[in-house]
Amino acid sequence: MTQGPVTLPRVLRISLSLLLVLLAVSVISILVGSTKIGTLPAIKELLYGWQDGYVGLAPEERTIIFSIRLPRVIFAGIVGASLSLAGVVFQGLLRNPLADPYILGISGGAAVGAVIGIIAGAGAIPFGISGLAFAGSLLTIVLVFGVAKTKGEMPSNTLLLAGVIVNAFFTAVIMFLISTSSQTQLRSVMFWLMGDLSLAEGKEILLTGLFLAAGFIVCFRYAKGLNLIVTGEETAMQLGVDVERTRKVLLVAASLVTAVAVSVSGTIGFVGLIIPHMMRMLLGSDHRLLLPASMLFGGAFLVAADTIARTVAAPSELPVGVITALCGAPYFIYLLRRKTL
Amino acid sequence: MSILRLEKIGFKYVEDWTLKDISFEVLKGEFMGVLGPNGSGKTTLLKLIDGILRPREGGLWIDGLAVAEMKRAALARLVAVVPQDSQMVFPFTVQEIVLMGRVPHLGQWRFEGERDFEIAREAMEMTDTWSLAARGMNALSGGERQRVLIARALAQQPRILLLDEPTAFLDIRHQIDFFDLIRRLNREQALTVVAVTHDINLASLYCDRIILLNEGRIHCMGEPAKVITVSHIQDVYKTPVSVDRNPVTGLPMVTPLSSTAMNL
Repeated sequence: MTQGPVTLPRVLRISLSLLLVLLAVSVISILVGSTKIGTLPAIKELLYGWQDGYVGLAPEERTIIFSIRLPRVIFAGIVGASLSLAGVVFQGLLRNPLADPYILGISGGAAVGAVIGIIAGAGAIPFGISGLAFAGSLLTIVLVFGVAKTKGEMPSNTLLLAGVIVNAFFTAVIMFLISTSSQTQLRSVMFWLMGDLSLAEGKEILLTGLFLAAGFIVCFRYAKGLNLIVTGEETAMQLGVDVERTRKVLLVAASLVTAVAVSVSGTIGFVGLIIPHMMRMLLGSDHRLLLPASMLFGGAFLVAADTIARTVAAPSELPVGVITALCGAPYFIYLLRRKTL
Repeated sequence: MSILRLEKIGFKYVEDWTLKDISFEVLKGEFMGVLGPNGSGKTTLLKLIDGILRPREGGLWIDGLAVAEMKRAALARLVAVVPQDSQMVFPFTVQEIVLMGRVPHLGQWRFEGERDFEIAREAMEMTDTWSLAARGMNALSGGERQRVLIARALAQQPRILLLDEPTAFLDIRHQIDFFDLIRRLNREQALTVVAVTHDINLASLYCDRIILLNEGRIHCMGEPAKVITVSHIQDVYKTPVSVDRNPVTGLPMVTPLSSTAMNL
């Protein structure tokens, strides 16, 4: 499926197709849920409902569509896109197919912050839990980069090791916190750890979207350099890339996008690992195509997974992280078997 | 006319000088070999020329321009490197790899255009890799991979081609194929070549001149017949050798002599 080299028209064509996939999945997701709303009226409502004086669905159905399902779908799309974008960048920068957005321990730091927030009852204040989670992840980024930095350089392997160790440390801290928490807190903690898209509020969704947009622009700007870094850092230098700068900018951008997404949605696993691989198998390794494609497809994937999570056992909800792994792993294995890496 | 000039170059990583007092010129269109034992500073010298390392002392000029004042991309338009081998975690196709040679000619945002595809295609035709264009880099044999890396270097349209022990992983036939190709490009395109190698006999066969490095200094420099002598080689490599004339080419030919293997 890798048809020749990457050109701008090809990037635009594939991005547009994937955008349509994302839109289609989103509309379907808005149509399904525990409250049955007619398909045609609901689509009409989505198209015209924002106009003054349009009379369509009943007010309560309107509320379900515009205030509950639509924000949730947008949020799932943004989080899925953020994790996939960060996953592509980390895999490329660290030249490691096992890398994912959480590999540097950012999720561990966020989790410690969030769990402290849940136990301390910070859920009552706006940005309480997500704010603490974000603080935790920022602290982790500073810590990991600081540990990995030797003589002004940050070798990939040292960075990976620092991330793994910091993650292990945080896991222990979380276990300790869990052991001291009550039954009701425990359920919230477990949901957060498995990923929960129901927590976010309007402002958090907006903020996550802004970080994603900024992160994408920065990463896309350095995509060509990232291609070369994947073939080897020395080679990249010999081909004129400012490797140090490119690595630094990409590391910070991907880390921040991850930190924000994790802080508002919990540690949703698998998306940031498999979407980049899927896209690479289908479209090749050029990051100028890989970045937008993974973002859009990752968004669509998480919207679909979240739809399943909130409908399959309705009226109760499954953690979306369970679905991403349950659906993602078999499909990934199928891809692996079909095409040798 | 000299295209590369080094003047009193000195470099050290930490304490001791890895290279000291290195001065030489490479002429335009010349095929220059760099020989020397492990740790003599060959690779460091190459890294100084391609700008990965900056000299502590002295300076170097390419085509009259000071390397110290050049941006990385500008340098990459003058100097291209063919490395030992290139294994990738995430495989690019051959064509993608060759197109990467165009990166120093593009800006940060710009995509490759018609002209870049044309240049890449020509580079692949010259190296006989055009038929491999759509293949994954990791699906190639060692010899094919090296040809692709030459094509990438050619796509850079450099003035100087640096070879860093490029035949280390190739069998004898592919070594000859490789150097034949480089020699042809060297002669036909007037491409200046600086080749670091461990293979004294290959250097003897292909190089116009040879620099013999020893402990970070130039031990001697000149035509193969002048450099490859029993005393020079034994002084530098510290192992007994015999140097004969190759009966076909008349060029010096080194044979290592092992007292253990010969039961002397």
